[in-house]
Amino acid sequence: MSPRPLRAADLLLVAAGGAAGAAARHGIDVAAGDTLFPWATLAVNVVGAFALGLLPAIAVLGRSHRWSLLLGPGLLGGFTTVSAWAGQVRDLAATGQAPLAGLHLAATLGAGLLAAAIGQQLAHRPEPEEATR
Amino acid sequence: MTALLVALGAAVGAPLRYVLSRRDGVFPVGMLVVNVLGSGLFGVFAALSLGEAWWALLGTGFCGGFTSFSSFAVQSVTRPARTAAAYVAATTVLSIGACALGWVLGTGLG
Repeated sequence: MSPRPLRAADLLLVAAGGAAGAAARHGIDVAAGDTLFPWATLAVNVVGAFALGLLPAIAVLGRSHRWSLLLGPGLLGGFTTVSAWAGQVRDLAATGQAPLAGLHLAATLGAGLLAAAIGQQLAHRPEPEEATR
Repeated sequence: MTALLVALGAAVGAPLRYVLSRRDGVFPVGMLVVNVLGSGLFGVFAALSLGEAWWALLGTGFCGGFTSFSSFAVQSVTRPARTAAAYVAATTVLSIGACALGWVLGTGLG
């Protein structure tokens, strides 16, 4: 997507954001404790998808490619996860909890995509000056 | 300590994802490969019953930070309907399939 050449500083921003996001996801996992249904991962992915959809509206504050990298592929990319979702669906299915596996699969997709769409719509709501053009 | 290892793993995984997905076009092949590969590795690591520290570094940190649900979701809702449907189906089926395959491989290795 980005026509910019790859820069070491960009990679460092994504790494720093990703580290913070993943640590936050881990903290939420620990706080949620052991639950049969992986609510924590579901919530993290839905909230993260909404926030990434909304990000262009927030990034306007700085209009900065660097802030976008730190918060988008960095923070929110590291916060949300496909691998844990896939792993939990597999675990539930393999341990005789097929209905919960199906629920986790469907709820993550349904709520996650809806949250991303809502965030994206909110971010691209025309601003007053744009609406008059 | 565990949180630091998670952060360290993600500090490697996240920029690797960025490098592999930054040139994605209408169909996000790079992000699809990242999510499928990361889920496959997650399955392998899960089957190996790693100790808490290694799991934090490689599973929660690296694989968790490498793969990204938020990017997948936003890409899906900003693509034309047919492309989005194919992308959502491919990511879901291939990621869970890769994770199951990784688990089988990891069980064989472990």
